Formats: sequence, structure tokens, C-alpha cells
Amino acid sequence: MATSSDRYLLDFEKPLVELEQRLDEMRALDARDPETDLSAQIASLEERVEELRASIYRNLTRWQRVQIARHPLRPYTLDYIDALTDGFVELHGDRTAGDDPAIVGGLATFKGSRYDGQDQTVMVIGHQKGRDVASRKHRRFGMPNPEGYRKALRLMKMAAKFGKPVVTLLDTPGAYPGLEAEERGQAEAIARNLFEMARLPVPIVVVVIGEGASGGALGIGVGDRILMLENAWYSVISPESCSSILWRSWDYKEEAARALKLTASDLIQHHVIDEIVPEPIGGAHRDPATAFRNVGRAVARALNELVRLSPPELLDARLAKFDRMGAYQVTGDGATQGGANVRVNL
Amino acid sequence: MSWFKRKKAGILTDRRDQNDVPEGQWIKCPECNEILNRRVLVDHAMVCPLCGHHNTMSSREYFDLLFDDGVYQVYDENLYALDPLDFTDRKPYAARLTEAQRKTGLNDAARAAMGTIGGHRISVAAMDFSFIGGSMGSVVGEIITRAIKRAVAEQVPLLVISQSGGARMMEGALSLMQMAKTSANLTRLDALGLPYISLMTHPTTGGVTASFAMLGDFNLAEPNALIGFAGPRVIRETIGQDLPPGFQRAEFLQDHGFLDAIVDRRSLRETIIHLLDLVLEPARR
Repeated sequence: MATSSDRYLLDFEKPLVELEQRLDEMRALDARDPETDLSAQIASLEERVEELRASIYRNLTRWQRVQIARHPLRPYTLDYIDALTDGFVELHGDRTAGDDPAIVGGLATFKGSRYDGQDQTVMVIGHQKGRDVASRKHRRFGMPNPEGYRKALRLMKMAAKFGKPVVTLLDTPGAYPGLEAEERGQAEAIARNLFEMARLPVPIVVVVIGEGASGGALGIGVGDRILMLENAWYSVISPESCSSILWRSWDYKEEAARALKLTASDLIQHHVIDEIVPEPIGGAHRDPATAFRNVGRAVARALNELVRLSPPELLDARLAKFDRMGAYQVTGDGATQGGANVRVNL
Repeated sequence: MSWFKRKKAGILTDRRDQNDVPEGQWIKCPECNEILNRRVLVDHAMVCPLCGHHNTMSSREYFDLLFDDGVYQVYDENLYALDPLDFTDRKPYAARLTEAQRKTGLNDAARAAMGTIGGHRISVAAMDFSFIGGSMGSVVGEIITRAIKRAVAEQVPLLVISQSGGARMMEGALSLMQMAKTSANLTRLDALGLPYISLMTHPTTGGVTASFAMLGDFNLAEPNALIGFAGPRVIRETIGQDLPPGFQRAEFLQDHGFLDAIVDRRSLRETIIHLLDLVLEPARR
């Protein structure tokens, strides 16, 4: 779906797309004129395309991955819901102030049997971005207001009531920093979700599918398994805001992306996530079907493991998981201890 | 404030251990510009006796103010930050840490203690804004978590005094996860039916507000404290207009339903004792 949309090309994709276009032209020429045989040239060009593709995507910088995570054609929450579930019923509203289109949620049948799992009812909840000017504005670019978090919490409690697992999909540039959001308690809404998700007595599988910015992402991100797509990013702040605060300029976003260690391969080393879900080469937007299948398999596997646990086992393991997060050192007797992922590098 | 009965006027804390205040030190109140003797300020819990401006207090000053007879035991003073991301902006994080430790004499931006307040044994954690803006990284998250765990283990109440710009950028996602870690541990205290008092002081923003600070059974704040999720500058840029006066101040939060009470620091100790008495019944003293 992306190959034809040159206007969405990322800078580092351009040489590849140019080469692909030459290949297409040559194939067209070859097909049109039966007299000439270009198969040798085509084969060599195909080889060069593959080499270039591999060299670009094997060596992506962190900032390039951030760009892929934000690609306007990247699959969003509703695309995953459409591909991985049947009979999705979207459930609206927080029953207090309104309905926030920046977070969607509802019940659906997860088609686990396609992915070596079981078909089962799940509560699926995720940040939702828009695809065009109007829908982007409507969905506030995937930046929730407190109503979004409170709707998510309402649906999670419903899932617990009916004994259904929860699957959350994270894709937000952050909670909306607006005046009304503050008036209606953005901080309280996020805090409440962290607290309630920590004690929700049903399995929670979290998938970071695009952007995972700050408390706005974590507000639906506490769970038993944290999965993350290969080109997604997840951190305490966006590279732009980090640049603006620490460098006092918006120009250091690439440096900030590097410093924040915000990619899936960084985060698995620090035990912030449990599993990297591979993307098709070039990113999920180049081959969404493959991305859907990979996410489907990873979610099915996680659910298979989690549904066997009793609620107390589930909650003890969930608490222990977050207890281990962090890196610090304990001095005194010279011993260093603490979380499982403590690294001493002073 | 009407639901807190003031039992005694004035300061209740014994200040014998604070007579290290040098004489003849004069401080200008940033609010009313009055020139005050530091001694006078200390005797008023660092609150300007003329205009009521609450000057920032350190974790140590809160412990001294709140615990019975100023007696308490400090825990976890052997925790130090690492630099797990090898983070460098205009300055390496490791250098920022060393500098903050040298300047403040603190290990990191939070400390924890146990003692009694009004005869009630209680676990207390307090933050220090002077240490990298009171930002929460792994050490702060661990110190708050351990304070919660001590309350759970001893089955006593918890008090957390917040003062923070939010999660610490230099530890990336690990800082973010401290929000989940602290909030998750609070569920265990909640399950035991033990009270958690959260006091938000100036300023409390970002990931600290959006985790343990907002999760008190009792959410208290000091007068005029800035409390919010997004910083005022970011909001101003987002909406493209000036913010109304008093926006994100404690009084604004109480008006919008997010605080139980705004408490003058000079009556903080008795307010806490009163709440603990009401919930736990008066302790035998």
C-alpha cells in the first residue's frame, strides 16, 4: 500500500523506491517488447534492490525508526482490530463526561485459531490516530483526554467482570496537553489506570504498535506481557520534547532519539518489554498483512500462557514484573543488588 | 479546611535539633518582598508570616516538622543512580548526578523514613526538588516503592510528600516504568485497608502527579502549589493562548475535584494526625 504513495516517502527510503521504479519500468519494457530479452538485467536489478533494502533497514538509526513508527500509512489500532478479530463492537464513553475518539475499545472475538491459539472474546483497547486531515483532528492525533483513559478503565473493569482478557494497543504521541485536559484531571486519570491495571484480575497483553510516548502511552500500558513492534518507539518523552527541554532547541531530535534508547531492541535489554514483534522489511506499512500475522501470533502465544494462571498468580507476577524495573546500585558493603536488570557501569 | 479542627495554635514540633540556623541571615520573601530573618521563617515552617507564601522545604525539613519530637529513622540511604542509558545531552547524566549530589548532599531526589506522627507509626517518603528538579528515575521509584513495602510489611499508614518536575528524562523508559511500579505497589497497601496520604507541594507535575501523587486516599496540597500533568509552557504552546490566572494551582485543583484539602504547612502535622486518628482511632500514646 505504501509503494505507490511517493508523497509519504521517508528520506532514507527514496533511493530504494527510485530503484524499484526503474525495476518496474524495465519489467514493463520487457513485457511490451517480445523481441528484447531483459531478464538478465532485471535479475541483476532485483538483486541490487534487495541488497539496498537490506542495507537500509539493517542499519536504521533510532530516529529513522521513530519516523517509521509515525509513518502516515502505518497500521493503526482499528486496522489491527479489523485484521485480528471478528465481530468488534465498539463501546463508547466514560459514563462521566464524554467519549474520546483518541482511544477506541470494545469486545471482539480474537481469531486466535489462525495463530496457533484459540478463538476467544477479548476486550481490545487502543490509541487511535486519524488518516486524513478531518479524522486526525477528530482523533486529536491519537492524544487522549482524561475521558479516553476513563473509558479504557471502564472497559477493563467490564472485561474483569466477564472474565475476558484485555489486549491494549499503544500508539500515541502523548496525552493531550490541553487546558480542559488539566481541568478534568489528566494526571489523575492516568494514575488511576496504572493502579487499577495493576490489580485487574484478568490477563492483560500490551502491544506497542507505533508511538509510545510517556504517561499517555503507559496509561493503558500496564500488563502481564509487553510486546513491541520492531520499529515502534517507547519512552518517557518524545525526542522533540526532550530536545526542547534538555538542549533548549527543537533541533536535536535525532540526538535525543539516540540518547533516550527508545527502540524495541534497546528496551528489551532493559527488561521494559518482553518481546519484539518482527515487522516486514521496510516497516509494517509496506506489508500490513505480515505485521498483522506477526502481532496475531505473539498475542495468541501470550494469551495461551496467561489464561492458565489463576488471578492471584497473575497479579503477583504482574507486580513482580514492574518491581524489577529500574537500574540502581546499592552501596555499603560494596555489594550491588536490586532489580534483576541492575547494571553497574560507574 | 473546615473539616479539620485545629487543636493547638502555632508550631507543635520540637525544634531543638534545628538550632543550627545562623543568626543574622536575612531572606527576602519572593511573594511579598518582606525581608525576614531566617530564624523567623524556620519557626513558621518556612512559611512567610506576613503573606503565607510557602517556601520550598527539603525532605529533611519535612521529616523534622512532622515526626513526633523530630525523631525518625531514615532508610535506603545506600541507593544510588546508575546511568543505564549512558545518557548525554549537553552534559553527561553521570556528571549531572555527581554535581547534584555535591550541591545538595543528597543521594537522589527522594528519601524515606519511619517514625511516629501523633503516636501512629507511619512510613514516609519525601522528595527533594533541589536534586535535578525532583525528577523520578529508578532510585526515586525504588525509594517510594520501598516506603510502600515497609508500610505493607508493618501494616502502617503511608505518607508521600511530592515535589517534582516529573519523570527523569535521562533514564528514558526506565523512569516511565517507575510510575507503574509505584502505583502497582499501592494496590497492596489499599488491599490492607491502610490509609495513604499524598501531599503535593510546589511543584508536582508530570509522571509523579500521574502516578502515586494522585492516588492518595487523601490528596492534600500546600497552598498555591503548582500541580498538573503537562507543564504550563507546553499547554500555552498547544492552545496558543495565555492560561487563566491560578491555572494548575492547588486551589484550581480543589475546585475541579482532585484534592481533598489544601493545608497550610503550619497546621500540616495536626491535620495528618487528625486524619490518622479518624481512620485508625487514636493511638495509645
